[in-house]
Amino acid sequence: MSDRRYPDAVADEFAPPPIEFTDREDRTVEIRSYEATEEGYESLVAMYDAFDPADRAQGIPPGGEKRIREWLDAILGDDCLNVIAWCGDDVAGHATLVPDDDAYELAIFVHQEYQRAGIGTHLIRGLLGHGQAEGVRKVWLTVERWNRAAVSLYKKIGFETSNAESFELEMGLRLNEDAE
Amino acid sequence: MKVLCGIGGSDDSFRALERTVERAAVANDDLTVVVVENPDSSIAPEEVVDRAEAAVDAAGIDAEVRWVEGDPGSQLVDIAETEEFESIVLGGGQTSPMGKITIGPIAEFVLLNAKTSVTLVR
Repeated sequence: MSDRRYPDAVADEFAPPPIEFTDREDRTVEIRSYEATEEGYESLVAMYDAFDPADRAQGIPPGGEKRIREWLDAILGDDCLNVIAWCGDDVAGHATLVPDDDAYELAIFVHQEYQRAGIGTHLIRGLLGHGQAEGVRKVWLTVERWNRAAVSLYKKIGFETSNAESFELEMGLRLNEDAE
Repeated sequence: MKVLCGIGGSDDSFRALERTVERAAVANDDLTVVVVENPDSSIAPEEVVDRAEAAVDAAGIDAEVRWVEGDPGSQLVDIAETEEFESIVLGGGQTSPMGKITIGPIAEFVLLNAKTSVTLVR
């Protein structure tokens, strides 16, 4: 699938992490790029293990600790970009860019206890800031079309719909100019 | 049971083929494999037919392998209706680098338009 379309214009500049803010529930949250420490990894596993199955999208995150670990091992690789929203020692959310040919696929997850508090917006902007700084050019994602909260978040960020012909909407964003 | 397995050459369609052929051997299903032209597949229909025939032979079952041209989704639904199939089996979707499953336009059309049960093989 290399025929994905992206906006012609490059998106806004996003600030790279670390980013600290107070969410709408008065919690102090810090967005940091993922450091591959054992504590960090286990906190992430714990977040996904407690993740509401109703918030799964297109099969991820998978259910069960074993599958969660297998999935995380695949998306926390050296060629992937990951940022975490920390609330103290707990993971409130996680966003990731996974390479796919000449672009990156994006996904973002916010634990149910931390949703509707503005964390998702900070988290995705932090991830895109990280990606922009690392020279990522194009980002795409799919989202279930009924998931209006997610679709409107992506639109607000600058994503444009590139394919609306199936169950899932496909959206794209240009982070940096193409190399000439 | 009279089963129609539709494949177009994507990885998930071959997985569906494999499982349906295995199942047909055990359950004594009356299986027909229909090879459709999936525009997203990089494998030519001739090769898909060859692989389907090989799978049928390997399972030691008697199943027809048929190649149909034209719009894949509507062809599958039409064949299932006119030839009174009881079930349609398709691939369960492609997995993105992230691990997200996406269901292609053929499966979506068949799911929404078929009168029979539709199985998506994972």
